[in-house]
Amino acid sequence: MAEKFDVIVVGAGPAGTSCAYTLAKAGVNVLLLERGEYPGSKNVMGGVLYRKMMEDIIPGFYKEAPVERLIVEQRFMLLDEKSAVTFSYKGLEWGEEPYNNFTVLRAKFDQWFAEKAVQQGALLVNETVVTECLVENGKVIGVRTDRPDGDLFADVVVLADGVNSLLAKSLGFHKEFRPDEVALAVMEVLKLDRKIIEDRFSLEQDQGCTFEIFGDATKGILGTAWLYTNKDSLNIGVGAMLSGLIKNKIKPHQLLDYVKKHPIIRPYIQGTEQQEYLAHLIPEGGYRSIPKVVGDGVIVVGDAAQLVNAIHREGSNMAMTSGVLAAEAILEAKAAGDFSASMLDSYRQRLMDSFVGQDMKKYKDATHHFEKYPHYFEKYIPLMNRAASQMFTVDGSSKWEKQKKIWRELGSAKEKWKMARDLMQAWRVMK
Amino acid sequence: MLHIVACIKQVPDTKIIKMNPKTNTMDRSSAPAILNPYDAHAVEEAVRLKKRYGGTVSVLTMGPPPAVKAIRKCIEIGADEGYMITDRAFAGADTLATSYALTKALEKIAKEKPIDLIICGKMTIDGDTGQVGPGIARRLDIPPLTSVKKVVEVNKQQGYAIVHRKLEDGYEVIQSALPCLFSVEKEINEVPYSPLPNMLRAARYQPVIWAVSDLEDVDRTLLGLKGSPTIVAKVWPPEKPKGGEMLEGSAQQQVERLMEILQQKQELFAGKEARA
Repeated sequence: MAEKFDVIVVGAGPAGTSCAYTLAKAGVNVLLLERGEYPGSKNVMGGVLYRKMMEDIIPGFYKEAPVERLIVEQRFMLLDEKSAVTFSYKGLEWGEEPYNNFTVLRAKFDQWFAEKAVQQGALLVNETVVTECLVENGKVIGVRTDRPDGDLFADVVVLADGVNSLLAKSLGFHKEFRPDEVALAVMEVLKLDRKIIEDRFSLEQDQGCTFEIFGDATKGILGTAWLYTNKDSLNIGVGAMLSGLIKNKIKPHQLLDYVKKHPIIRPYIQGTEQQEYLAHLIPEGGYRSIPKVVGDGVIVVGDAAQLVNAIHREGSNMAMTSGVLAAEAILEAKAAGDFSASMLDSYRQRLMDSFVGQDMKKYKDATHHFEKYPHYFEKYIPLMNRAASQMFTVDGSSKWEKQKKIWRELGSAKEKWKMARDLMQAWRVMK
Repeated sequence: MLHIVACIKQVPDTKIIKMNPKTNTMDRSSAPAILNPYDAHAVEEAVRLKKRYGGTVSVLTMGPPPAVKAIRKCIEIGADEGYMITDRAFAGADTLATSYALTKALEKIAKEKPIDLIICGKMTIDGDTGQVGPGIARRLDIPPLTSVKKVVEVNKQQGYAIVHRKLEDGYEVIQSALPCLFSVEKEINEVPYSPLPNMLRAARYQPVIWAVSDLEDVDRTLLGLKGSPTIVAKVWPPEKPKGGEMLEGSAQQQVERLMEILQQKQELFAGKEARA
């Protein structure tokens, strides 16, 4: 006889574990299923974990969790072939409690987080793949796994099975993604002595910094590269829209090689030793790509629900919040003894009212806009670099002359008009 | 009804472990801890015998508290009970001291429920000695059957077991009195993908945990570092061969180049050609 749980959560990433943790803490009999050897073994992200949403779940978690460095500086680089315009904010208030964000290595962090859920009473089973949801009269009543005697029942199944969410797809919640709805990211963890990291990036002990790199890093394709500092390693990666990669016939690892060899980036990663190579899809379709997230006896959270804010590199925090909100809706449903879609719909409402839904809505057109008009990346970033070079190169010509030259470089009146319109457009989709 | 005890160990995964170049010791943090692969076959064989003859499978390990994970892995495979002895006094044990500590735990288990058969893996992948199994058998004064690659029969009523022992050029069929100890080869079985109910049971399972003070008649001087006459004078990783030549091109080209090298360096075929 197959066992029955109150709730089965599929996938022990930030969304699934947050959900399982919250439910277990409330005394719910919850099973957390993970396909990897251990939670985190198959999970990939650039490396930034925001404090707030995690702390809503476990106050003061950073005192014991395996976090790498406290981020005190965020740099934004607009990269051209041999130059970069860089903006940066360094704030030492981020180095003190309450911190803003941290770098983490997911293999370590997710394992720790799942262990916390187990301590709350969740049951964790690894190395088990859920192959389908068991459905009866249109209601999800459990899951089938790839193991012998592998069926299990539950009042609610939470799908936290990641970007591809084959389970939500098989329920008809979403279709196969279009290449302009997902980004493909590749990343390397590069080993480097912690003292060298601190010297190279002007950091004190435990402090860290992040680079977001736009422009030439993705050869004009919509995407970003990043460079983050861990304790004794660096994360360097690049992610670009799948559609752009296909159109430009560039393989992501070629892009990463290009970034690593880029004359502006190269000095930062000198003397490192490659430790890990990771690749993953990122759901970047935004608000319009959010699938159906609630059905009878089933809820979709995290990447599986496409909850990523590509503009602000936020994802794991949204995943966590969605997991908690799902748990809250389930607790309510449990109290009412009703696990129908209309009851569980309170999850969708909570989600849309939260910062997750609001931010998704705010940027609903952003990625699509930049995808549609590649000249933001192809043209304006190099232009900014040339303007900066022109202005700051001392060659005997007056600053007035320089300004005139830059103005001329912007092109004809028609082109300037177009640029002004583009800037307006960009403002409109971002505001 | 048989009572079979499998002795197991949690080891660092030596396939990926790194050596500390300064101290020449294993950097245990660089590799995940796993159930010693040979021991998985030992547990699987115990579970198969249980299915064949009925009975109980217990597993026993000595190790630090995280070794509970290795016991859970055995529960996944199908073991019924797990025992762990853990104590600072066990630290630094070589195979002599380890077999002594395990023997004391086996005696305690046998007091509750007499043991018919003990199964160990051929060896651990971090020590490679294969001494603990025979060490236990010697201390318990039961026959050790090493290199077992097949169990033909275990007959509790008549008190014997028949196995195939792997030899360099074949195998021998051996009959032994029960109780006895097997240490098994990898080829004895394949460990299947565990059924889900086992996974759930393992995730919930809490083994019996004993410290030295829970064991009886223990001579503490025979435990841990004190009880270990082995001295590791030096450990070093094998020197990596340098230089060499990577053969490239089509299979044909590679073979031609290889022949060229063999002829040049070893003059292997030179004589033959000269004769021809």
